[in-house]
Amino acid sequence: MADISANFLGIKSPNPFWLASAPPTDKKYNVLRAFEAGWGGVVWKTLGSQVKNVSSRYSAVDFNGTRAMGFNNIELISDRPLDINLKEIAECIRLFPDRAMIVSLMADNDKKSWHELIKKVEDTGAHGLELNFGCPHGMTERGMGAAVGQDPEIACMVVEWVMEAATIPVITKLTPNVHSVVPTGKSVVKAGTNALSLINTIQSVTGIDLDTLVPNPNVGGKSVFGGYCGPAVKPIALKMLTTIAQDDTTNKVPISGIGGISTWKDAVEFMLLGASNVQVCTAAMKYGFRIIEDMCEGMSNWMDEKGFATINDFIGKSVPTITHWEDLDINFHVIAKINQDKCIHCGLCYIACEDGSHQSINLAYGKPYNTYTVKEQECVGCNLCKIVCPVDDCITMEVHRKGDEYLNWKEFQRRGLPLNDH
Amino acid sequence: MAITNNRLSKDQYEQNFSDIHPPFETHNAALVEANRCLFCYDAPCTKSCPTGINVPKFIKQITTDNIKGSAHTIFVSNIMGAGCSKVCPVEKLCEGACVYNLMEEEAIPIAKLQRYSTEKAMQNNWQLFQRKPSTGKKVAIVGAGPAGLSCAHVLSREGIDVTIYEKESKGGGLMTYGIAAYKVTPQFCEDEVNYITSIGGIEIKYNQELGKNLPAGRQGISLTDLQKNYDAVYLGIGVGVARQLDIPGEELEGVVDAISFIYDLRAKGYPVVPVGDKVAVIGMGMTAIDAATQAKRLGAKEVTLVYRRTEKEKPCTQVELDIAKLDGCEIIWLAAPKEVRGDNGKVSQLICSIMKLGEPDASGRRSPVDTGETFSLDVDMVIKAAGQVPFEELVNSSQIKNSKGKIVIDNNCATNIKGVFAGGDAVNGGKEVVDAVQAGKDGAKAIMEYLNPQTLPK
Repeated sequence: MADISANFLGIKSPNPFWLASAPPTDKKYNVLRAFEAGWGGVVWKTLGSQVKNVSSRYSAVDFNGTRAMGFNNIELISDRPLDINLKEIAECIRLFPDRAMIVSLMADNDKKSWHELIKKVEDTGAHGLELNFGCPHGMTERGMGAAVGQDPEIACMVVEWVMEAATIPVITKLTPNVHSVVPTGKSVVKAGTNALSLINTIQSVTGIDLDTLVPNPNVGGKSVFGGYCGPAVKPIALKMLTTIAQDDTTNKVPISGIGGISTWKDAVEFMLLGASNVQVCTAAMKYGFRIIEDMCEGMSNWMDEKGFATINDFIGKSVPTITHWEDLDINFHVIAKINQDKCIHCGLCYIACEDGSHQSINLAYGKPYNTYTVKEQECVGCNLCKIVCPVDDCITMEVHRKGDEYLNWKEFQRRGLPLNDH
Repeated sequence: MAITNNRLSKDQYEQNFSDIHPPFETHNAALVEANRCLFCYDAPCTKSCPTGINVPKFIKQITTDNIKGSAHTIFVSNIMGAGCSKVCPVEKLCEGACVYNLMEEEAIPIAKLQRYSTEKAMQNNWQLFQRKPSTGKKVAIVGAGPAGLSCAHVLSREGIDVTIYEKESKGGGLMTYGIAAYKVTPQFCEDEVNYITSIGGIEIKYNQELGKNLPAGRQGISLTDLQKNYDAVYLGIGVGVARQLDIPGEELEGVVDAISFIYDLRAKGYPVVPVGDKVAVIGMGMTAIDAATQAKRLGAKEVTLVYRRTEKEKPCTQVELDIAKLDGCEIIWLAAPKEVRGDNGKVSQLICSIMKLGEPDASGRRSPVDTGETFSLDVDMVIKAAGQVPFEELVNSSQIKNSKGKIVIDNNCATNIKGVFAGGDAVNGGKEVVDAVQAGKDGAKAIMEYLNPQTLPK
């Protein structure tokens, strides 16, 4: 059976699944339950300045009957007294010595505050620190959280302060509320951070109550931008992760992947794009800690099927497959094929292609069932029909190369080849 | 053995005749199913609906919390969409065509979703249509059944004043008087008629029957008068009495026809309707099933359905047959009634010929052939449900061209008499409610064209 244990900067855990810094990791009670359920580690909810929370705090985006496809919060860092947090952290470490205990930090913006906080946290026996440079609400107004992460110079300065004091590994958590995560990533790596984690939540308005006309979450008739997370943000997180995994400076340090991870498959995808481990929050908030069971079992079974003995055997494997557009092979061409034996005649491929793509599907009228076939000469191989088809493997994209040789756009232009024939 | 009424307690009647297809209890429950809908293009369900309801659209509108829009989408194609959601044999129409069937998955419960939206519309009395300004044109409709009501609603929307002449004291036609009570209640039928006519411009005159020589106390109207007083006339008179068996003993006490049996049950209430201990029902159409199941539900000890062909040729759907079976009705295939025997003028036995299948007939079904052998059933009641016959005499007396009583119309729903149109069961001999609704729409369109060829509704 595959070995799914992880070693992140020397911090060992029985599996690569940590709970991200958030409400599920804000006290001993939760964390012990998480460890009992089988989580590999936790990032304790951010400690730092004194804060006061509001009510309500969360809102969500539902999609086609599924609750919370996207999730949003306006909660701040831990509002519990620091000494209680520190005491409980130490107890959790003592009770579960084989699990990873990382503590998220966001001190006031001066060196002394950071140094004092780091000293106190290290005294608990914690294995690592995560710097919260990502929180997009509440703290930014005070020059903390995303306000730090959005400015590479300030981020660099704070990391330098931290590295002066820290004796345990330091992970810097990046905010996605920037045009690119790479500048801050580079800056903090140069300043000495031992690892990066990403993404934090994305600023958002999840929706408006159409009766009160007030956006969610509603706090006494007003709302604010909240941090968006959950399955909806996964594709954005994967893209940002890839840019960090492909940059020659930032890819020198390990990356902890975060952003909408709900299943073992999501986790594997993050790891294939360069994350050494992953952090989970929204899925655990929605379903509870019990989801860890299938995450471990699913990853292990997949690794067995693919012949990966350890997680290091697949971490980063997909990073080289994401290239630049101009390096793609223009001679590669696929054409949709509809399997008539599997087709249920729903017409979704037809109308999608007709209104949304290249009018490449033929409709032969039938009552009640029409027959749909692909006009091979017209099909540009866009995948849209395959995407909308409700039947697995009914529509396949068959390779019909336009030419044998690899031909990219630069070469295509250099040769002065004819442009679009559509 | 005896035919008696009041066989059950009030609670038992209530239980036996409660809604066979209960509605969604919550919005969430409706959403789960609505969200399963794939939103097919040129959808097979829509194509399989005689009125062409845009099913994917109305279901999608449930998911977007646009229930008003959803109800409008249904009603714009089928003004009796609420009733149809309860009585349509959807297993051979929309739901039977649902693409999920091809995935070996449960079809979308289209009828139940349709009921969800339309019931909300009726309960809240949403006025989803606005009449156009009056055109000053007047149309008379004979029969406040599905065809007549559907025709009236379209015409009223277009600003035409409609008067419906109805021989019964309530509207709805067969919906009100001819369908199993566990599918639609008389109260619902009344509410539906009121909801349809709430658009305005539709007056229903009850207890007014077309024809002459009517029994005392019944007010007759003549086609000639209608032609004189209105710009056009639409005949939605439906079909009449049950087909005679033409066998000895048919006159015995205890032989009733299914239509009047169901009519009494719905018009007079369950306890007063007498039913036998042992009942034979002749036929295997929807009405036969409705009669058999309801006889059982009224307290008959044994109910036997007798049909002269095999299960393969049955006119009812499998779903209907299963209702009868689950109600405990016995079924005898390949049996044709030969004679009803009596005791003191009351039914005591049904003698049946044992049949076998011969060559296919005009309908393509194999004809039953008498084997010469017989068997007898001890029964005290025989319900005839071997089809209905049109009002041949009435139609003939008005010089309307017909085929064995079925009114003949051209492609524009017009009869041989200028300005007189017809549709529904009176023309087709008896189909589903939903077919009659479509016939009413077609009739209205034809009448609009006849009245004012320039301003056709789009």
